[in-house]
Amino acid sequence: MDRVYLDHAATTPVDPEVAEAMSRVLHDTHGNPSSIYAEGRAARAAVDRARDEVAAAIEAEPSEIVFTSGGTEADNLALRGALKARRDERDGLVTTAIEHHAVIDTARDLERYAHVRLTVVGVDRQGVVDPAAMREAIDERTSLVSVMHANNEIGTIEPIAEIGGICRDLGVTFHSDAVQTVGALEVDVRKIPIDLLSINAHKFYGPKGVGALYVRRGTRLATMQTGGGQEKGRRTGTENVAGIVGLGVAMRIARERRATESPRQARLRDRLISRVRTRVPDVVLNGHPTDRLPNNASFCVPGTDGESLIVALDLEGFAVSSGSACTSGETEPSHVLLALGLDREVAKGSLRVTVGRSTTEADVDAFVRALEHIVARLRNAAAVAV
Amino acid sequence: MNGRIFVAMSGGVDSSVAAAILAERGESVVGVWMRLVPTGSNADAPRCCGTDEAGEDARRAAAALGIPFYALDYAEVFGEQVVDRFVNAYAGGETPNPCVSCNQHVKFDALLHDVVRKFGGDRLATGHYARATTGSDGRRHLLRARDAAKDQSYALYMLGQRELGRIEFPIGELRDKSETREIASRFGLPTAAKAESMDICFVPSDYRELVRVRAPEAFVSGPVERTDGTVVGAHAGIGGLTVGQRSGVGVATGERLYVLRLEPDRGAVVVGTKDEIATTHYRLTDVRFVAGEAPSAEFATNVVLRYRGIPLAATVTMRGNEARLNLGAPALVAPGQAAVFYAGDEVVGGGVVARPAG
Repeated sequence: MDRVYLDHAATTPVDPEVAEAMSRVLHDTHGNPSSIYAEGRAARAAVDRARDEVAAAIEAEPSEIVFTSGGTEADNLALRGALKARRDERDGLVTTAIEHHAVIDTARDLERYAHVRLTVVGVDRQGVVDPAAMREAIDERTSLVSVMHANNEIGTIEPIAEIGGICRDLGVTFHSDAVQTVGALEVDVRKIPIDLLSINAHKFYGPKGVGALYVRRGTRLATMQTGGGQEKGRRTGTENVAGIVGLGVAMRIARERRATESPRQARLRDRLISRVRTRVPDVVLNGHPTDRLPNNASFCVPGTDGESLIVALDLEGFAVSSGSACTSGETEPSHVLLALGLDREVAKGSLRVTVGRSTTEADVDAFVRALEHIVARLRNAAAVAV
Repeated sequence: MNGRIFVAMSGGVDSSVAAAILAERGESVVGVWMRLVPTGSNADAPRCCGTDEAGEDARRAAAALGIPFYALDYAEVFGEQVVDRFVNAYAGGETPNPCVSCNQHVKFDALLHDVVRKFGGDRLATGHYARATTGSDGRRHLLRARDAAKDQSYALYMLGQRELGRIEFPIGELRDKSETREIASRFGLPTAAKAESMDICFVPSDYRELVRVRAPEAFVSGPVERTDGTVVGAHAGIGGLTVGQRSGVGVATGERLYVLRLEPDRGAVVVGTKDEIATTHYRLTDVRFVAGEAPSAEFATNVVLRYRGIPLAATVTMRGNEARLNLGAPALVAPGQAAVFYAGDEVVGGGVVARPAG
């Protein structure tokens, strides 16, 4: 059966050019980047080229890029490292109710085991964080503020430039999980007053298991793990050379294509949203109607449940998600949807559709047709015995 | 017959082999595993087919067969229709059969409904040892498994034409365990013979402990009496007792005493010797027939009164959807158990043994 993949927020297929570059480095460059001889120098050069690509994509300096094992590790390093580095002077962490589990669960863990004072700020019904509410939550002991750039489930883009400005004025370190935006939106650390920013390769057609944390020069960051001192001691451990090379190439391709690809995806997204709204009665669009990720359409379909929607759509050949891929298998409504103030029953019928580079108008139209009849079937099922 | 067939996969070898047989037949097979206990409850229910660990086994088996696989959540319906019923029945002096409740309410109601109505499936298959066949008139029949030693048709008696029209039991035709193993190894399925347990699947060790925790009111001590009303001892609560079990009292007299009746209303237990078992009539409730209706208002049958029990000659007299079961000889049957009617290898129907009135 032909498959239509519409879950690019969960992960993206590796670009063939990325796979090719990774394969080449696996075959040809076996050295340890820390070694001083020729093989080591070759590996180090490959890692540094990737570092240049990532830095260039966000207008950072190469020395400000720390490679990690992905977005989760970047988030953990940012939160744990920043709070640890300043723990003698400040102990407060302010974040939002709609952060990814990699942030919110880390924050709760720090609250419980590291005596961090945690403040969680809510969002409005469209998932937007109010900078004034953030300002309100910050006090003289606040060490770190963490607000995601755009939400992975509902797609809402947050006013991080404004929040970053507030943090800078107050001497508070500012972190943003930009896993969903780097590669899709302009992220310029010269324009946004940001100190720490998480990046994940597999969200922009790179490999899984590699990411990066941008650390603005001068930002105090302690390490989480101890060892050989790679990445200037900020993330020690022998580099994932092939993964890092893949990240670099994927970053370059994303940067080259962003100006044409993101508006193209936004048009597909808008087509999808408007068709779903016309064809599926009572559907609710989650997130901000316009300030949202170019590839993200998130809905609640009252009278259905996410699990059944996903299974039924998969059997028809469509890969979508009910929320975040990281929590699939749970039937509880997501913390993000509940933070919007959605009714529990409504939030159960959540559906996230995220288009990508390979998505066509025909894919979108076929998806909407399938969704229309599946929703009708599921709503009927509630009323009919076997 | 070219629609999708869903297979309820428990993670065990039987349901995996059921899926393999269907896949080999060229059917469009979809594996589903039912989560029956909330996530993270594994430690408390090591043998339950509805825990995460069993789900992982089912997922691996489906992957080995190359079929789609979904883990679906039925913890709520299982909790209400199986676990709660189980506790309430014991607390009320009955001896429930949780496999019957699970088949009736979870597998062949909630799951079958979802397969057909939500997912557009054509049929549901399970790894039960039983056979479902179609007669020349198009009617479905439920039969014992070919391997009598593994037969599970007793716990499926409640299935009617509507359900059986959409159900298949692919392993019911297998001759014996070696054939199951042979198919499993041919498909690269894990054949490790897991400890085959006769215990209740959702209770880790002692079911009385579950009842004690959930229904402490059923663990109030009371008198143990003989049939003439003589008090011969005390018990620790009827929630931990079953009709037919050996009684601890009477050791002094040298008599072998059995629990004849549990009377929860007055907290009493009545015990007696085998000779005192005089009951030949039982009232059955919620009587169902595979064919949809009773063969006649009164019919002779062979009745099985417990899982893997011996068929006993009996007659059944219908009264609406209840019935009176008349046994050829006195027998002690625990209320709450299923009484299943057989005609040879064929399941005719059955009902639930009611507590004797007064």
